[in-house]
Formats: sequence, C-alpha cells, structure tokens
Amino acid sequence: MNKSLLILKREYLTRVKKKSFIIMTLLFPLIMGALTVLPTYLATMDDKEERTIAVYDPTSLVLNKLESNQFTKFHYIPEQEYQGLKTDFKSGKYYAILYIPENIITTSRAEMISDKQITFDIKNLVTNRIENIIEGDKRKAVVDQTGVPDLEKKLAATKTSITVETIKLGEEGKAVKSSTEIAMAIGYVAGFLMYFFVLMYGLMVMRGVMEEKTNRIVEVIISSVKPFQLLFGKIVGIGLVGLTQISIWIILSIAIATGVGSFVGHGSHETVVQAQNIMASQGVDQIAAAAPEKTNATLEILHMIGGLNIPLIIFAMFFYFICGFILYASFYGAIGSAVDSDEDAQQMMMPVMMPLIFSIIILFAVAKNPEGPLAFWASIIPFTSPIIMVARIPFGVPAWQIILSMAILLGSIMGSIWMAGKIYRTGILMYGKKVNLKEIVKWLFYKN
Amino acid sequence: MDIFQANNVVKEFVGHVALSSVSITVKEASIFGLLGPNGAGKTTLIRIINQITAPDSGELFFEGRPIRSEDISQIGYLPEERGLYKKMKVGEQALYLAQLKGMSKRDALKSLKYWFEKFEIQAWWGKKVEELSKGMAQKVQFITTVIHEPRLLIFDEPFTGFDPINTNLIKNEILELKKNGTTIIFSTHNMSSVEEICDHIALINQSKKILDGQIDQVREKFKTNTFEVIYRGDTPDLDNHLGANFKVLEHITNEHQKQMKVKFLNGNSNNELLKILMNQFEIVSFKEIIPSMNDVFIQVVEQNNREIKL
Repeated sequence: MNKSLLILKREYLTRVKKKSFIIMTLLFPLIMGALTVLPTYLATMDDKEERTIAVYDPTSLVLNKLESNQFTKFHYIPEQEYQGLKTDFKSGKYYAILYIPENIITTSRAEMISDKQITFDIKNLVTNRIENIIEGDKRKAVVDQTGVPDLEKKLAATKTSITVETIKLGEEGKAVKSSTEIAMAIGYVAGFLMYFFVLMYGLMVMRGVMEEKTNRIVEVIISSVKPFQLLFGKIVGIGLVGLTQISIWIILSIAIATGVGSFVGHGSHETVVQAQNIMASQGVDQIAAAAPEKTNATLEILHMIGGLNIPLIIFAMFFYFICGFILYASFYGAIGSAVDSDEDAQQMMMPVMMPLIFSIIILFAVAKNPEGPLAFWASIIPFTSPIIMVARIPFGVPAWQIILSMAILLGSIMGSIWMAGKIYRTGILMYGKKVNLKEIVKWLFYKN
Repeated sequence: MDIFQANNVVKEFVGHVALSSVSITVKEASIFGLLGPNGAGKTTLIRIINQITAPDSGELFFEGRPIRSEDISQIGYLPEERGLYKKMKVGEQALYLAQLKGMSKRDALKSLKYWFEKFEIQAWWGKKVEELSKGMAQKVQFITTVIHEPRLLIFDEPFTGFDPINTNLIKNEILELKKNGTTIIFSTHNMSSVEEICDHIALINQSKKILDGQIDQVREKFKTNTFEVIYRGDTPDLDNHLGANFKVLEHITNEHQKQMKVKFLNGNSNNELLKILMNQFEIVSFKEIIPSMNDVFIQVVEQNNREIKL
C-alpha cells in the first residue's frame, strides 16, 4: 500500500505542479467571474463625460423645458447659430445638435446631428425627455378639457407593476423564496461541470496509462508493484487533481459571488438614490423605474441562491464527481492499456463517450422538466447519473431517489474497477497487436 | 547454492503455448545466459521470474524456498523494451523508481549519488529525460535497475543503444556485480558477449528448453573433431596422402597464407594427422576448432526446428 501511495503522490504532484494546471485553475474562475462582473460593473458605472447638446427649437415646444443633468447639458441656440453649426460643426464645441422640427407633433420625429456616433444612453435620455415633455403637455390639455378634479393624480395612481414570487416549502414548512430559473441555471451549470470534469479527468487517466505503455516504462514499474496498484494509484492521484481543481474553483466562485454581491448591493443603493432624485425633480417615474428594478433583481438572485440547499449541492457535486470519475476513469484506463496508438484509442473510446454525450444532450430537457421519467431514469442509471442527478439536485430530489442513485453508482464502480484491473493487467504488456472488443472481453477471464 | 530454480514451468496464452515444462537452475553469484530466438518464450519466463505473470503450472524457488511476492524487492529487472517518463527529471525519476523498489528516500539518495558519480552523470540530475540521448537514458535505466542492490538481476539485451565504450563500461559493471555476489540472468542475441561473460546458458526454442549447461562444456559438446592447420611450403596432393580417415573440408591458399580445415572421420588421434602432415610441409599452427556460441545456437535451433517439423 505504501507503494500505491508513492505512485499516487507522483501522479498528483507531476500534474498539480504543471504550469498549465496552475494557470487553468486560477484563470478559469477569474474569467468566469469577469464575464459576470464586467457587464454589471460597466452597467452601473456612470458615464462621467460632460456633454453639451445644442438645441434648436423653432416650435418652442421644449424650449427651456429640457432638464440638464450633471453630465448632459442642453443649450438653446437661435436659427443663425444652428445654420452655422450645420455647415461647420467643429466651431461649436457641442457634442450634438438637437433639432426639433415644426411638425414634430404630427411626425413624431426629431433630429440629432453630430460628427460622431451618438451613444445609446444619450439618445435614450433625449428621446425620453422630449417624450415626457410632449406627453405632459398633451395630458395637461386633456385634463384641462375634461375638468375632472385631480385627474392627473388619479391617472398616475393607475400605474401597476406585479412580481410573482415562487415560494418553496422547506422541511419544517418553512417557506423559502425560490426561483425556478435559478435552480435551472445552477442545475444546468453543475451538470455541465460534471460532464466537463468526468471527461477531462477520465481522459487524463487514459493518456497517463498510454504514456506509460508507449514509453515502455510500465514493465519496469510492474516488476516493482502490482499492475493493479499502479492503476489504482494513477486513478486516485488524478482524481485528487480533479478534486483540487473543483475545490479551488468552488472557493473562488464563492469569493467572487460574495464580492459581486456586495458590489451590486452598494451600486444599487446609489442608483436608487439617483432615481429618486430624478423622480422628485420631474415627477415622472418611468425612466427611473427600470434601473433599480434591474439591480434589485441581482440582489434577489443572490438571496435565492442562498435559499437553495447549497451544502447538498456541493456534497452531490463531490460525490458524483468522485464516483463518476472512478467509473469512467476505470473504463478509460482499461482502454489506454489495450491500445498502442491514439487512433486505436479514438476508436475504442466511442462506446464510452456515448453515455456522456447523451447526458449532455438530455441535460437541457432535464433542467426544464426535472421530475419527468427521462430525468428520473437518467439520474438512476450509473453512466448518466453523475451528470443528470447533479443537474436535478437544485430543484429538490426525493431522498430515496438520491440514495438509490448513489448506491447503484457505488456498486457499478466496484464492477468497473474489477473489470479495469483485469483488462489493464493483460493489456499493458500487449504490444503490436490490434485489439478489438471481443479480445478485451476474453482478457476478463484470463487467469492471472 | 541455487538462488533461483524453476521446475516444469508451463504458460499458455490463448492459441499458443509460451512455455512448456521449462526448468532452469541459476547458481548464486554466477551469470546465467538465457538464449533463444525471437518469440521462443524468454520474455515470458523472465516475466514469470519477476512475478509480472504467474505460470499455469510449475514451481518457482528463490533461495531454496518457494518464491514469495516480497522477493521482488530482491530482484532487479531491466526489460528489453524499457523507457522512462519523458517529462520527469532524471534525479526525481531515479529516486521514484528506487523508492518503488522499497528503498527509503535517504538510502536511495545516497546510492544514487554514488552511482551518478561513478558514471560521471551528476550534471544530468536536474535534466528532463526527453533531453537525454538514448545511450544516456540507458545508463540511467541501468542505475535504477541495480540501485536497490538486489540479489538477482535480470538484464534483457542490456547493451542495445550503447556505443562500444559504454558497452564495455556496463559489461565491467556486470562482472563487478557478479564478483560482489550478485546473480545475473542475462538474455541477449549477442553471442560473443555470451561467450565473454556467461557461466551457464539455457537455450529455449519454441517454448521448450533444448539445451543447457556450463558454457565451456556446451561448446565442447558441439565440437566436430575439426582442426585448422596453417602451413608453409608447397601445397601437396593431400587426398592421396591423408587416406580414408581424414577429410579436407576447406583449403585456402594465397600469397599470404596457406590454411586448411581437416575433419577426423573416425576416432583418430591428433598425432596421427600431425605425423602425416609433418612429412608434407612446415606446420605454422595446428588447433582444434571449438564452435562459437553463435554456431552452437544456429546449429541447435535449426536442428530442433527441423525435428519439430517432422
């Protein structure tokens, strides 16, 4: 057993010390984090550039009614200057010229002229402000016409916004705020991660076995240790590399998620204050309403993630990674021992790849309907359960199903290890012979 | 004392017999040559000695008692098809292999230092194996085979990949190991090196042992009463003088030397031939031809193959 430990140590250390492993392990969560944080950050980050927009308004509809804010100012210009700017835009040092045509009420069109592409935010801001002014004017006219007292206030009071919250009853009837979308997303991501890990580390075992065989070092080693010890040390060593990577990723993700949480929380506060200011100053809620809703949703998501059974999800990920990995690694190890070249390996790999690929194909369907028969059977059958059960767990799976799935998987592992040991022992010393499945099955029944 | 003994070892693979009732006895502190054509079953026998595979039947003894799995720590094996982890550093790898043989890290480091100094390869310690030439890697493999000072060493074609200088170096190391009491099983197709270093041989052909014994006795057994004579003077008409008891197999005469091979047909004595020849010319040398291991190998294997066909 001491020798297995030596092998395990070598398998683990040579891989963990590789630059590619270190870079991949640290960079992947950072990239994932960056991909989620960056858009949020950029969205909350205010445009700090000061811009002045020249307004030529022959209709006087919006004259002196366009509110400047901290960064975007409106400056009204007479026709002369407007004509001058049109021919020589650079002389005015304006960001853009806003032209309100005479027939704006009938055509609903205004123009913004600039020598550069006008940003989306500025366009939205200007559009919203003009709309509000004209809408306000129209409404005022209608209100004045009908003469109903406090009509404007009454109209404002009819505005409605509804949010449907999904509540999941916990064990002790405790209501936990849940979200189908969140469970689906987490299930999908977790299932995909399982696929990725099982495949990546399973193949690593196969390549390791093939390396030893093609290097011809295997005969030296098995004259010191039993072939099974070598295979065992390799599978466990590589499995630990995988666990190391998963652990680092989970820790980093939690750290990043916490970071994002506090960041978004902080950011939303500012936005809300800003929005309230705008509302107060303008008495219009439409523009502002959208912004805090978005950031509140991010907070909500974080609350809902908190409402999931995180320890169970993490436990399931570890359990199914370990067992799924061992199941597939023993197959891949057996294949690696039986073949001489990459081409042969490709061919033999196909039947072992199929259940993994199948799992990924049905993963989305399972995430959409985690209670269906497809989801149930795929999470019980050991070849698909490491991916599918992990994807189902965020939705809540009855305990008996989890236990049944785990028990079947554990039993299958024992079978697959026994089989791999038999094939490995014969295959590893077999050179220059193209093997087929029939031959490999024969090896299972060889005496030592 | 016999350090290793195999009795009636049988090993069958699906479709063919690799070893049929092979027995060998290896004396302590000797070099035992395991010979045979490709595919005869040598590697299978070696793997059985190393307990990589188990025989279907037969008995194996190590130091006079049935072999145990712990005995592999007393055996060092240099396979014919050998390699190292390419990406691993030389020193790290040698240490790893030594530890797998059951050495403690401290002892392993100490011995490795000794061997690396002896072979003057200390500078390779931190290099990756893929940077080494084939001969360099072979040296490292030799060291990792003998590092744990096993009582029995098995070398399968140890000289492939070595230049003549390194071949000599390894040959001397093997003889040195023997002098220090290590027993060596040596498998090769290079018959001149067998003659040079082996004490005993066993020849396996088509899964059966067809010859074994002390090397000089084996060669003696295969001599054909043929003599080589080098002479000076005129070339005589030998056929008339030699009579029915001798036969000239080969007769070469050129400017430099005159030489012939004469075979005794009946059990005549050397002196009888000498007497006849002395009257014909001046004899420069007269010696009996003892067959080389190469000749013995070819003769025995070909004859055996013919017999099997019949």
